[in-house]
Amino acid sequence: MSGNLLELTGVAKAYPVPGSGRKGASLLAVDGVDLAIPQGRVFGLVGESGSGKTTVARCVLGLTPLTHGSIVFDGTDLATVDARTRRSLRREIQIVFQQPLAALDPRMTVDNLIAEPLTTHRLARGAALRERVGKLLGDVGLSSVHLKRYPHELSGGQAQRVVIARALATGPRLVVLDEPTSALDIVVQAQILNLLVELRDEHGLTYLLISHDLSVVRHLSDRIGVMYLGRIVEEGPAGALLESPRHPYTRALLASTRGRGSTSLDEPAPITGEMPSTWDVPSGCRFHTRCALREELGRPEVCQTTEPPRTTVGPRHVAACHFAQDARTQQAPPPDPAREG
Amino acid sequence: MSALLEIDDLRVDFSRDGRVTSRALRGVSLTVEPGEAVGVVGETGCGKTLTGLSVLRMLPENATATGRITFEGKDMLELSAHELRAIRGRRISMVFQSPGTSFNPVFTVGYQIGLVAERHLGIGRKDGQRLVAETLHAVGLPNPESVMRFYPHELSGGMLQRAMIAMAIICKPSLLIADEPTTALDVTIAQQILRLLRRLQREQGFGVFFISHDLDLVSDFCDRIAVLYAGRVVEMGATAQLLARPRHPYTRALLEALPGKSEPGSPLPTVPGAVPGDRDEAPGCAFAPRCPLVVEQCFEERPTLAGIGAGQAVACHRWDAL
Repeated sequence: MSGNLLELTGVAKAYPVPGSGRKGASLLAVDGVDLAIPQGRVFGLVGESGSGKTTVARCVLGLTPLTHGSIVFDGTDLATVDARTRRSLRREIQIVFQQPLAALDPRMTVDNLIAEPLTTHRLARGAALRERVGKLLGDVGLSSVHLKRYPHELSGGQAQRVVIARALATGPRLVVLDEPTSALDIVVQAQILNLLVELRDEHGLTYLLISHDLSVVRHLSDRIGVMYLGRIVEEGPAGALLESPRHPYTRALLASTRGRGSTSLDEPAPITGEMPSTWDVPSGCRFHTRCALREELGRPEVCQTTEPPRTTVGPRHVAACHFAQDARTQQAPPPDPAREG
Repeated sequence: MSALLEIDDLRVDFSRDGRVTSRALRGVSLTVEPGEAVGVVGETGCGKTLTGLSVLRMLPENATATGRITFEGKDMLELSAHELRAIRGRRISMVFQSPGTSFNPVFTVGYQIGLVAERHLGIGRKDGQRLVAETLHAVGLPNPESVMRFYPHELSGGMLQRAMIAMAIICKPSLLIADEPTTALDVTIAQQILRLLRRLQREQGFGVFFISHDLDLVSDFCDRIAVLYAGRVVEMGATAQLLARPRHPYTRALLEALPGKSEPGSPLPTVPGAVPGDRDEAPGCAFAPRCPLVVEQCFEERPTLAGIGAGQAVACHRWDAL
């Protein structure tokens, strides 16, 4: 496939677990993820804690080697590049972290924080450096009054703007946004989301957005992938996926985030139980232990025995569910009084 | 019917070396009726957690609270330490945001919850442990007998939050203060916890003081909502009414800023600037510098919270312009 800035194929990441009692035991945090992002587009990866979404981000940034699969950035396989190319690729792939105050050195002032990536990559010095810093500051909506401040003197929103300026400093083409607004208040979140949209349009950026918040993902993304226990269980165009979700997990996630007075708390929760440990991935479909559709269908055996294939359910829209084509997957799950709330 | 909890003009100042360094609460007034769920929303630093802590008199030592907090007819700010102990954990209990840091890591969950029951209900260890098992079962934890023997780190966040709720309800309180009870949890688990709280509230009839930054959650759970800004209630009203017709520009800003309600990729309506500092205060409305409806009067005269009919109250000179 051409035209994709970033392509992940069969990406898997296992972490060894020494002293677990099992010899050579490892924990498969990401277990075969495929995704592709065309230049200038936004791919949203959504899932709960432990689904593996941040591990995908770490792999893309080259912070951790892959166990299997490949990551191709603009035609270059990240696993096989030499050190020199890798260094230049670091300029092109940047990240915005969740906790701005944890991502900024508390002993550095804003001007030095923004200048740091430029000096590290030897992109500017002297007057040109100061000019670049001033420009970046303006790009993220800060002004020269902030230049000499330390991170603790900034609000959460201002600190996140500094983190974004640092990410933009090297002129990246791909920016990984790892929960960019989770630590922020609602009004500040709106300000930062607006900034991210503006920056994408102005700089032609491509984003890999990672978030647990479907409404944030919906706002920014062209395509959405829903992760569960290390796999993408449904993937499609943002509009189609959110309007007619075909995987029972996507539907449960959507029902969990509907909100604002529209959810009756007397009805059963959209999903029961907790996500199983990555240690004990259920057999067959990894979602079958919590699946409302499986209950509704009378617990078909296939869910427990066979890993569901990725089924095409619409234009460029796939879902890994045995019953993704079933008419019933398009209805809301009926309330089940037996389920505990 | 008299209110279960009545907070009247609550002010909290922080001081250092005899000088006031922060005026965190600047006159908060609100009520919770028996069995009612009242939500308190606002951004970081608006004073919502402080309001909750004030009710239980759990403020840090350098904080001074003035005003009046009446709970079941008693003035909480005047109670002796002895009288206070009879209320905390028994008549009013609290569920905190991070279950992981709210339990003592070196004791088992069952032991810790049991202590609350033994102390307040004057029962022995054996009866206490039996009650703990029953309560853990009531909050939806399978195998309560084994959960009791676990240390906090052996439980998931969702299970620990259930255990904390068990600790909060074991003495059948009449008021539960829930401070961001689901913020640390995944969305699907959050929905389970909200439903659990709702079921327990129905069964036991306690009032809930629900503190959250998340308007969606508060709207789902609460009968009434109070919106806090810079240490004051700027609007209060019945949930449906407040959502349908917010009368304070800040409430409207909070509602509109949520993504998911507007067209994807379109600019989200937001107000410029940031929440003011908690030190000095200009004479007018604290929201005036950010307000789209601001007029001269807003900088000169502070609006007070006034009823505008149908149980809704707003502190804004321009409320009828919205």
